[in-house]
Amino acid sequence: MASKFINITLKIWRQKNGTTKGALETYGLNNVSTDSSFLEMLDQLNEQLINERKNPVAFDHDCREGICGSCSLYINGRAHGPDRGVTTCQLHMRTFKDGETIYVEPWRSRAFPVIKDLVVDRSAFDRIQQAGGFVSVNTSGRTIDANATPIPKADADKAFEAAACIGCGACVASCKNGSAMLFVGAKVSQYALLPQGKVEAQQRVLNMVRQMDEEGFGNCTNTGACEVECPKGISIENIARMNREYLKAIVTEE
Amino acid sequence: MCRSRNTLSDTLVDEVSGNIIDQCVAQGVPFAREYGGLLDNRSFGGTQVQRTFYAAGQTGQQLLLGAYSALSRQIGVGHVKMYHRHEMLDLVKVDGKARGIIARNLVTGEIERHSAHAVIIASGGYGNVYFLSTNAMGSNVTAAWKTHKRGALFANPCFVQIHPTCIPVHGTNQSKLTLMSESLRNSGRIWVPKKKEDAEAIRAGKMKPTQIAEDDRDYFLERRYPAFGNLVPRDVASRAAKERCDAGYGIEANNTNEGVYLDFSSEIYSKGKQAAFGQGDHAPSDEKILELGKKWIEEKYGNLFQMYEKITDENPYETPMKIYPAVHYTMGGVWVDYNLQSTIPGCFVAGEANFSDHGANRLGASALMQGLADGYFVLPYTVSNYLADEIRTGKISTDSAEFDEAEKNVRDQINTFLNNNGTKSVDSFHKRLGLIMWNKVGMGRSEQGLKEAIAEIEALRTEFRKDVFVPGSADELNPELEKAIRVADLIELGQLMAQDGLQRNESCGGHFREEYQDAEGETLRDDENFKIVSAWEYKGDDIRQEELHKEALNYEFIKIAARNYK
Ligand SMILES: Cc1cc2nc3c(=O)[nH]c(=O)nc-3n(C[C@H](O)[C@H](O)[C@H](O)COP(=O)(O)OP(=O)(O)OC[C@H]3O[C@@H](n4cnc5c(N)ncnc54)[C@H](O)[C@@H]3O)c2cc1C
Ligand code: SF4
Ligand code: FES
Repeated sequence: MASKFINITLKIWRQKNGTTKGALETYGLNNVSTDSSFLEMLDQLNEQLINERKNPVAFDHDCREGICGSCSLYINGRAHGPDRGVTTCQLHMRTFKDGETIYVEPWRSRAFPVIKDLVVDRSAFDRIQQAGGFVSVNTSGRTIDANATPIPKADADKAFEAAACIGCGACVASCKNGSAMLFVGAKVSQYALLPQGKVEAQQRVLNMVRQMDEEGFGNCTNTGACEVECPKGISIENIARMNREYLKAIVTEE
Repeated sequence: MCRSRNTLSDTLVDEVSGNIIDQCVAQGVPFAREYGGLLDNRSFGGTQVQRTFYAAGQTGQQLLLGAYSALSRQIGVGHVKMYHRHEMLDLVKVDGKARGIIARNLVTGEIERHSAHAVIIASGGYGNVYFLSTNAMGSNVTAAWKTHKRGALFANPCFVQIHPTCIPVHGTNQSKLTLMSESLRNSGRIWVPKKKEDAEAIRAGKMKPTQIAEDDRDYFLERRYPAFGNLVPRDVASRAAKERCDAGYGIEANNTNEGVYLDFSSEIYSKGKQAAFGQGDHAPSDEKILELGKKWIEEKYGNLFQMYEKITDENPYETPMKIYPAVHYTMGGVWVDYNLQSTIPGCFVAGEANFSDHGANRLGASALMQGLADGYFVLPYTVSNYLADEIRTGKISTDSAEFDEAEKNVRDQINTFLNNNGTKSVDSFHKRLGLIMWNKVGMGRSEQGLKEAIAEIEALRTEFRKDVFVPGSADELNPELEKAIRVADLIELGQLMAQDGLQRNESCGGHFREEYQDAEGETLRDDENFKIVSAWEYKGDDIRQEELHKEALNYEFIKIAARNYK
């Protein structure tokens, strides 16, 4: 890996906490290796700020390999930045040019309030999951044999694609309505496609959609921006499947 | 699984893993299926037969999401209360029993007291003591270490698993290492150039790996271990890669030249040919073979290949991957009995945070099996058992001298950091600790290196306390403060790891003492003296004073022999 080094200007959203107003601040950063990830670049900035005895920039991150969904940054007007199919932690500085100005902001959504700087509270997603994103099975150790219910490969594959959702919230951040339909659609689909999840499918979709509405997420108007920015390539087919499940459930309920 | 309690390992492999797969499937974890609808499987390191069910290279993540969904259900019905963004900073003991914890609300900085009849620690492993590891950035030892400081023995701290298939280090700003899934070793062949000048030319960018003729490649795992080849256990594969790189055959142009190839071209060719034959084409062209072979690879490993390309900017369908070992898993941890109870009554420890099951080496795909077995099948019984005797205890007040003392402890530490006014960042100390650990308590260890490590860490600790700078305040989201608290504990743990490695005068599994190897560089165990778990007791601020307790291991079922993967 032949590294190159670039100099950049950063415009970063700084906000002390949820009750104060924030603003973009400007920082210069030199000698950024193009092999660094975006978050490693922010580490480098923070090291510089600490050495200048200034407050470092707070941002969420954990796994740094695209599986935990916590690195939620809005970069140059796009969730997870300019590259396709990656989370912010998988975005590399080689995507940017020497001398470039890069804008870094938190997710913007009514349902994801800012905690500090670039950190937002996404517990709304947890509450949607708690409303129905599971199969009601106890950990007794007495479940049936996994092979007792064969699952058609096509269904297993589709369920798997839906299960790849990491709950990052990029879909919400990219949607002009702030809709969470792609996330909820992925969860509903994963379980609805598997025989294990079918039993509770109707109650699940009703509960999850109700919680989604209560959390203040917007409506889906089929713009498809979510699918474009989703780092895990979750397809809007899942939204259509959720809508079908929802209609079915409503009809049966009435 | 050498140096593990054999009965526990056996239970894990034979009885529980099948149950766990059943449990996970019932929870809606989408394991891959064959066309007939049954579970698909493939093999992982350390076994010659297929035995691991998989979910497209994301098995671990999917098992985790399954557990998360089960937890969400319990939160939804009100059985569990979740405290987001909270960190446990001390364990509270009352009359010798674990009776609660002190936690910090990471958003508001509030210090909270939580009382309980029993405490379960499930805080993960301590691989981040090396600064660079495959572990998540939030992984740390604080909860386990604080438990240790309150009296729980800490066992086998020096047993660390170094995973062979990670992406090599790119530079000094590297913050963590990325694991390429173990499953890739099923299809990839590991090699370095046979000639040093070829390795040098590659590092200088004057030659490409694809230009090196078949005869000039050293498939060192196949050469040294013909039976297992590229599927030898992780510690063996890692050490073999280190041996080649130390000898000057590494192919990565980073500071240390550490990197070897993982090559898929043979697999692409053979799977492509198979696919062509399957389509009825018995004289396929090379192009067709390559096309079909790449398609096969894409189906099996597409997401991993994409991830690799994103990180390295190289296309692994066309050129071999570069890999190098990295710290991945820690087998040591808080000592527990067969009920997963530590030496503190009422304090249970589960998952990677405890030391059980794995001994000195760990086979692929067993970490989550252990964690899930601990949580799903063991603790529900053993904790209930413990609580049965506590039925008359009543609610435990947080208004006691013990809670006062523990809270003061935490507040004092926080205030010391914030008022320290030093000159260096927490990360700068963490990186220095990591280097000492990697070089002297890493893949190869020696008496001299370990002694140096102990002294260097001692000096680092003194400097850290004197000169660390932690910005911000106590009553806000303050990641630097969080890191400072963790690094303080990692430094102490690092020292204990070196001490543990020093007392274990043998090589076994992930613990390789350079003095104890045979003529072919394989591990030399000492069953006479070291068929033991080393369990350390905290004896105050000077870690060098910790007292060693030895638990004898009785292997009831397997015959002891040097593992032989040839
Ligand atoms: C990249 C990677 C891939 C892996 N792949 C596999 C695989 O395919 N198969 C397999 O079997 N194993 C795999 N492993 C290993 C396995 O994931 C871990 O061993 C396992 O996750 C450990 O589970 P745990 O619940 O014990 O700890 P963790 O998953 O580490 O969870 C610990 C939790 O405790 C929290 N915590 C820590 N300290 C505190 C504190 N003081 N207060 C409050 N909370 C705290 C942490 O934030 C974390 O959420 C992988 C590991 C890594 C890093
Ligand atoms: S659907 Fe995609 S963008 Fe939305 S939360 Fe899931 S992974 Fe993130
Ligand atoms: S840090 Fe986990 S997905 Fe980016």
